[in-house]
Amino acid sequence: MPYEAFKDNEYIEQLVKELQENGTNIIVGSFDKLINWGRSNSIWPLTFATSCCGIEFVSLGAARFDMARFGWEVARSSPRQADFMMVAGTIVHRMVPVFRRLYDQLAEPKYVIACGSCAISGGPFRKSYHVAKGIQDIVPVDVFVPGCPPRPEAMIYGIMQLSRKMKVERFFGGVNRKEKQKDFLALHPVEQTEA
Amino acid sequence: MQDFSLITSWLDSLLRSYMPGWLTVTVECVLIGVALLLVYALLALFYIYYERKLCAAFQCRLGPNRVGPWGVLQSFADMFKMLIKEIIHLNHIDRFLFALAPYLVIAASMMAFAVLPWGNGLQIVNFNIGIFFLIAVSSIGVLGILLAGWSSNNKFTLIGSLRSGAQMVSYELSIGLSVITMVCLAGTMSVDGIVSQQSDLWFIFKGHVPAIIAFVIYMIAGTAETNRGPFDLPEAESELTAGYHTEYSGIHFGFFYLAEYLNLFIVSGVAALLFFGGWMPLHIPGWEAFNNVMDYIPSVIWFLGKAFVLSFVIIWFKWTFPRLRIDQLLSLEWKYLLPINLVNLVLMALVVVYNLYF
Amino acid sequence: MANITDKITQLFPDVTIEESNTPLYVVANDKWHEVALALKNDADLKFDYLVTIVGMDWTENLGCIYYLMSTHTNEVIGVKVLASGDRQQPVIPSVADVWAVATLYEREVFDFFGIIFLNNPDMRRLFLNIDWVGYPLRKDYNDDPEVNPVSTESERQTDFTDIYTLGEDGNIVKRSERIFQKEDFVVNIGPQHPATHGVLRFRTAVDGETIKKIDVYCGYIHRGVEKLCENLTYPQTLHYMDRLDYFSAHNYHHGLCMLIEKAAGIEISRRAQVIRVMMDELSRIASHCLFIGTYCMDLGATTMLFYALRVREQILDIMEKTCGARMTFNYDCIGGVMQDLHPDFQADVKALLEVLPKNIKEYNEVFTGNIIAKNRMEGVGVLSREDAIGYAITGPSGRASGWACDMRKLQPYSIYSELDFEEVVASEGDSMARFKCRMREMEESAKILAQLVDDIPDGEYCVKVPKVLKLPVGKWFQLTEGCRGAFGLYLESDGSTKPYRLKIAPPCLPQAAVVDHITRGQKIADLITIGGSLDYIVPDIDR
Repeated sequence: MPYEAFKDNEYIEQLVKELQENGTNIIVGSFDKLINWGRSNSIWPLTFATSCCGIEFVSLGAARFDMARFGWEVARSSPRQADFMMVAGTIVHRMVPVFRRLYDQLAEPKYVIACGSCAISGGPFRKSYHVAKGIQDIVPVDVFVPGCPPRPEAMIYGIMQLSRKMKVERFFGGVNRKEKQKDFLALHPVEQTEA
Repeated sequence: MQDFSLITSWLDSLLRSYMPGWLTVTVECVLIGVALLLVYALLALFYIYYERKLCAAFQCRLGPNRVGPWGVLQSFADMFKMLIKEIIHLNHIDRFLFALAPYLVIAASMMAFAVLPWGNGLQIVNFNIGIFFLIAVSSIGVLGILLAGWSSNNKFTLIGSLRSGAQMVSYELSIGLSVITMVCLAGTMSVDGIVSQQSDLWFIFKGHVPAIIAFVIYMIAGTAETNRGPFDLPEAESELTAGYHTEYSGIHFGFFYLAEYLNLFIVSGVAALLFFGGWMPLHIPGWEAFNNVMDYIPSVIWFLGKAFVLSFVIIWFKWTFPRLRIDQLLSLEWKYLLPINLVNLVLMALVVVYNLYF
Repeated sequence: MANITDKITQLFPDVTIEESNTPLYVVANDKWHEVALALKNDADLKFDYLVTIVGMDWTENLGCIYYLMSTHTNEVIGVKVLASGDRQQPVIPSVADVWAVATLYEREVFDFFGIIFLNNPDMRRLFLNIDWVGYPLRKDYNDDPEVNPVSTESERQTDFTDIYTLGEDGNIVKRSERIFQKEDFVVNIGPQHPATHGVLRFRTAVDGETIKKIDVYCGYIHRGVEKLCENLTYPQTLHYMDRLDYFSAHNYHHGLCMLIEKAAGIEISRRAQVIRVMMDELSRIASHCLFIGTYCMDLGATTMLFYALRVREQILDIMEKTCGARMTFNYDCIGGVMQDLHPDFQADVKALLEVLPKNIKEYNEVFTGNIIAKNRMEGVGVLSREDAIGYAITGPSGRASGWACDMRKLQPYSIYSELDFEEVVASEGDSMARFKCRMREMEESAKILAQLVDDIPDGEYCVKVPKVLKLPVGKWFQLTEGCRGAFGLYLESDGSTKPYRLKIAPPCLPQAAVVDHITRGQKIADLITIGGSLDYIVPDIDR
């Protein structure tokens, strides 16, 4: 995918700038490039859908939109084997622990796309007594795809942004990942349980 | 016809002239090991791409086309990704068996590679019970699957692995019997012998009716043996999430994923060996000119070509048929395939005894 | 209708009648169980189909309205029962032994209103967590997020059901019963599972591959639509209908618009009615297409999904041109439809009608005739006609069991009475029959479309309605046909711009109740077949 197609994303531009400031080792850097090429071109979704957006996700896999073109069609049912989670649909109180557990079960490096207005903010159900007001309070979110439900084209664009983000991240040292985790954990302390 | 044994024996004598015998054998083993691993990985990646493209074609889609020209690098990207994915350590599991299982599965399919006749003279070991060895080692795979399911301490994986145990043990019988049927026709268990027997005519034509029956049964049982649709119950996605490998992540899952495709290749490779002459070009008795032309096509291409075509058929099954239920699966084997197979074996024996083959 | 009233007052002289669009009988709390038995079993009445139980909070007292339908006379009546006891412990006798589906309906009412049903075998909360504070649909519910915060802690779970009975001294006694036996091997299927079509959860006790018992857990996508509607004006409530059963978006919209128009006395133009019916039938075809796709995918035939979605995409194109969206159309509005048809509409529908029979033929060739598919579906999950009525399984699933329950025929609305179409009924009641019924229903819908497409009458597509819509005080109940069965709506107005209570009776909730009944003794793989063939939509169950 040509770089120019993505220049409109300020967030990623900033990420690139931050990363380039410190410079990088040439060997590590070229390994990074190779691995990131692999990572960004092989994004396997977790089959996870709660409501309407999930049906658009099915359409995304179908012949007209065919996400297989980008290699995203290997939807894994087991979170251990998936790379990202497309949160397609409303997350309600009762679903929150399940959802959080699914996120915890994803193998690193893992990403989350909040798909549709329900996942972003609660959408039309925001005032309900039983709806979580956006999933960013529950898990760290990488890409937001607005819409109710977003069109499959929007989802393609969203996943491409994720791919782009993977490409500019540094895999070795896992800087981004850890900081993301650290920031998040600072805000949301996890209670330690005995194994 | 080109003969690869010329190259290999030249290499052998070259090495022997420089170093003592034991060192030569060691060096050769290492060389073969490296070559095997390379071929193994490349074939698996090719197969993943092959299946994804084929399945896209069946489903009126395009399939991978963004990574590299026509998407050929897609499975390489997947491999890089899989290599660096986190391997999740679980609590309350049998750690040793959990870690061992994927290696068992991959070792079983790799050992089966040793006796496949890749080309004229291009075979890793050639011993007199080659086909027997192949069946023996390929059944180690089921052990890996059973262990994977049991050691994960998860109910889905347990059900998946028990299903796969029942399925593979049953269908092993059909595979064994249809192989015996063909061994009966060939009169030898040596892979080399079976191939050279087919130099005038492939077994599927030579053995006519019993050979065709054996072939059909072999293809059904082989599909079941590789856990592929319509027999993909152990990993039935809509029933058991991901079946026996639900808890595996990263490269451990990658091993299962690769082994599935490699088993597909092995099953179609053995079918090519038993029914379509292995690397033997298509020869028709009496058509000398035609036979000579066929000989110009390298034997490796013959073998791989046959294997790919047969794999195409198995992939075609998967993307066409719905899945069977476990009781239907077992009754298909024990009530239909096994009796037919036994009768077929007797039929083949009669054909051989009375010289009724072509 | 008059003779039903006569009959009931003859049997129970102290029953009173209340004003509504359907007859509404008020029955005393302690007589209710007796009346229920008579309503179901009396040879002249035979109200054997319990449509829904509407829990109500009239601030001074709590109560329920039971909507019943007779499968013999096709009459719909309502029965109003007030709860005895104070707000802390309101009590109504259970009718779970009269209508099988009442077990689940009463759980729902208990969950939302805290009304205890005596002798119900399973009085747990249905949608909300067991430690949820308060009863959300009561008018005095405290919706402070501090009281019920979002928690990532795993939900607390119980292995016991609660049963409330009347003790000898007149007090209410609570006892518990085990759901599963101690030695049962319980597999948790869902909420995140590819075969549950969303987030439904089955706790399944299995013996090897054979299912012993299933305990259904709903509420993983419970969004509290009914409560939300109480705080929105009538036009604003409409858009939630799109998001319940997102495949029947048009049908549900149509239903609520009709109910509000009926209550407000608005007459809509014939053009709008024709457009609405055409959209309903288009979405029925699209919905059944997706059913075929996902159902075949559940059975392992992934390729069928892609074939089925081709037709669905074509229908979505038609809708997108007119409505501007692919899924949540928000097209029907009070007084008609939002905007006029796209100029291409008729040509597009005709093109669709041309390819549809070819596609149905293809599906039958690829899948229905397949021997594996036949073995997987025939005789699996057999639902008898009596059970279908008892469990209130409507729609194609109910019709596959031999129960002619198409509301377009039984309670004709809009212009359906003028249309020539057949009600698809089969008698086998197994998964195959459910599958085939939907296939044939697509053909019937196509027939309706073919009748309408050529002469869509001219006229205005939307009549003028007051900017601020107020409904008179009253109660209205109405049944329409969604893609998955009878869609009931109950509306109570206190004269303001907002509904006092809007109860949605979805067709999918009873289907969740019947899963346990028809999967016992079948294999795990059959659970997938049965669940797929019932074709429930989880947001429709949970609302």
